[in-house]
Amino acid sequence: MSAQAHAHAHDEAHGHGGFTYYLVILLALLFLTVVTVGASYFDFGSANLVIAVFIASIKASLVALFFMHLKDDKPINGILLVSCFMFLGLLLTFCLLDVDNRNPDTPSNKAKFTPQGPPSMGVNQTATDKLPPPNKGTAPAGEGHGDTRPPSAH
Amino acid sequence: MWLFLSTEILLFGVLFVGFGLCQAKWPEEFKEAHHHLDKRLGAFNTIVLLVSSFTMVMAVWSASKSKQKQLITYLIITILCAVAFLGVKYFEYEHKIHDGLLPGQFFTYLPNTDPMAKGQSVFFAFYFMMTGLHGFHILGGIGVLCWVLKDSIKGRFDASYYTPVDLVGLYWHIVDLIWIYLFPLMYLIS
Repeated sequence: MSAQAHAHAHDEAHGHGGFTYYLVILLALLFLTVVTVGASYFDFGSANLVIAVFIASIKASLVALFFMHLKDDKPINGILLVSCFMFLGLLLTFCLLDVDNRNPDTPSNKAKFTPQGPPSMGVNQTATDKLPPPNKGTAPAGEGHGDTRPPSAH
Repeated sequence: MWLFLSTEILLFGVLFVGFGLCQAKWPEEFKEAHHHLDKRLGAFNTIVLLVSSFTMVMAVWSASKSKQKQLITYLIITILCAVAFLGVKYFEYEHKIHDGLLPGQFFTYLPNTDPMAKGQSVFFAFYFMMTGLHGFHILGGIGVLCWVLKDSIKGRFDASYYTPVDLVGLYWHIVDLIWIYLFPLMYLIS
């Protein structure tokens, strides 16, 4: 290896690339990592996902534009990558629309299909949650309302 | 090359969509299950991968400037980062296997009758599938990095010809890019 190792020490960084150029990108990426980890300790409700995906997308763009040289590359490569993400988005959108509208067993949809009460977990509790009318004073006594919840009481 | 990278994105993307669908079906279980993942280890691995991406791009840059010594050094650092990543992953896997947090019939953390068991087991099915597939990509990356390193030591690459270094670099960045999405969605989102 010694024969080939003629290091061009005088070759300075100019134009695109170079240690400091990429180091700045790395620091930005590390900073965004800290931000996304930090954000995970706070609860923003449904915005959690949006924030995480947003930060991840910024990081991905930084990697693609600078580390993968898309910024100075032929446009066709960038178009390929972006169209890839667009089709993924299409797939995701329609899948989520489907989940949102079709399956009442999905816990996030229970509130929509059963107006009273917050959505609860467990798939087969939907029926039993709905059945007892408001006059449930005697409910714990074991008589039941004909629902199938306690198998031992019968 | 970019076509290949696109197929990689689609491959993982479909898994992400599946993950999203199952999370919509078992939100409580997924939330519960993701607490078993160690955020700190995941964040550490993210940093390791980002640094390795940086050293990789420096390797490509060194090759394009015919800086052979730097090229070799940066490639070695990149490989070491990849090995470190897999080492951390090994400890994470070992811990989960020990706890019985495996998918399907091997999920022994909760009894079968527990209503949470199924959703959590599905979560870990996705976890092992996605991080495992990603791990194999890292493994493949180490392979091609070693190959490029071997040729760099022989002095095959300089400013006039460094395409293999460039392409391995692109592959390595896409592996990093996938982890950039994998980490917050698996480890951080509840």
